[in-house]
Amino acid sequence: MSVGDFIRNSQVWKSVFRHPAPRDRRNRVVVMLTNVFLHLHPVSVRKSGIALSYTWCMGGITFFLFLVETVTGVLLMFYYRPTLEHAYMDILKLRDVATLGILRELHRWGAHAMVITIWLHMYRVFLTGSYKPPREFNWGVGVILLVLTLLLSFTGYLLPWDQLAIWAITVGSNMGRASPFLGHEGPGASLLNIGGTALIHPGGDARFLLLGDKVVSGETLLRFYVLHCVAIPLAVALLIAVHFWRIRKDGGISGAL
Amino acid sequence: MSDPTTEITGTPTPQPAPAPVPPKPAAPVAKAPAKPAGKTRRFFLMALLGSWMAAGFTTLTAALVGMTLGTVRFLFPNVLTEPPSRVKVGFPDQFEDGKVVERFKDQNIWVVRRSGVIYALSTTCTHLGCTPNWLEREEKFKCPCHGSGFKMTGVNFEGPAPRPLERWAIGVGEDGQLVVDKSKKFQEERGEWTNPESFVKV
Repeated sequence: MSVGDFIRNSQVWKSVFRHPAPRDRRNRVVVMLTNVFLHLHPVSVRKSGIALSYTWCMGGITFFLFLVETVTGVLLMFYYRPTLEHAYMDILKLRDVATLGILRELHRWGAHAMVITIWLHMYRVFLTGSYKPPREFNWGVGVILLVLTLLLSFTGYLLPWDQLAIWAITVGSNMGRASPFLGHEGPGASLLNIGGTALIHPGGDARFLLLGDKVVSGETLLRFYVLHCVAIPLAVALLIAVHFWRIRKDGGISGAL
Repeated sequence: MSDPTTEITGTPTPQPAPAPVPPKPAAPVAKAPAKPAGKTRRFFLMALLGSWMAAGFTTLTAALVGMTLGTVRFLFPNVLTEPPSRVKVGFPDQFEDGKVVERFKDQNIWVVRRSGVIYALSTTCTHLGCTPNWLEREEKFKCPCHGSGFKMTGVNFEGPAPRPLERWAIGVGEDGQLVVDKSKKFQEERGEWTNPESFVKV
């Protein structure tokens, strides 16, 4: 008995891989269907569907960048503390003191790249008409993923806590003041009052909910940190699973025209 | 069926031929809405609480709605640590005419004395909320974010800012020192700068 056979016949191997190697057509299908990650994908894909000139692999590249951001992001969390006292200095520490602190640049450039590739992916899907039935639901999921990606960029932008970050978020969140009914300077907000007491005011509107304060402050830093590192990534991961699974359910990658 | 209509109208018209047709459906239609209204109300209550299953799901829904509203409310903090809104800035004769005092900029206040009055400008740009800089030589407030410019009075004259800087309430305290009150603001475009609370005469 060879070493390979010994390993393949061991209980450990058999408990992990419950089917023979994917050498024939049947086992290739079974392996795909019995793996929690692989089963999100179609069992087989048309040759034209994976042509680079057709898909640009933009969705795949975006997903790859999401994984890069997740891994580098988790590593950065070991050095970064989201408080007024530490945030900026921890960023400088990553640059000047930490070995391979360049991971932070990787995280930043990866974020820029992800925003670009997700737009290109959307552009490709639009050009190939892949948003049409039966794929209209998945287009909707994709639009939410686009918005969440932009929100990840927005929340991550504040974390270095330098002048650029603070004022960029001040400007960005000030637009929340003007949102209809929910912002205290927005149209219709003055209508929402009980006997002259305003329900929507600077200390209680959409912007206040986002910032946790009336101005960009330590509360905002903590809030954006939690959104950036936990809340939005979880939502994105969930929707990515749905997005991939629906590609299979909706008939695979659309065919070339 | 055609008899009642002719009796009510009482007109002895010889040929009321098309008249008998509409009254026939009219009678049941008029009667019909009375019963279903009560029935719908009862049905609505039964659907909500008519069985253990319905009552259970109603309670579950109510609990979920309550939890959602509670979660949103939880995210609104009740206590904020903010500096006091009333700030003592000094005696009126300490301010030079035609000068902008930047000492209180970190508290969102510029104190300006100009042609016989002292007023307190907010340091928040009216475009998107950045903090402009006072450029002494050019005699203007210039915002670094998008280039809005304001004159010493606070009136906007260049860049995207849509309206003048806001002024805080200012007055003379008991000890003769000027007190700026940031809980009240006065906006030029609303004609509020003529309000005597928005400046102090010297």
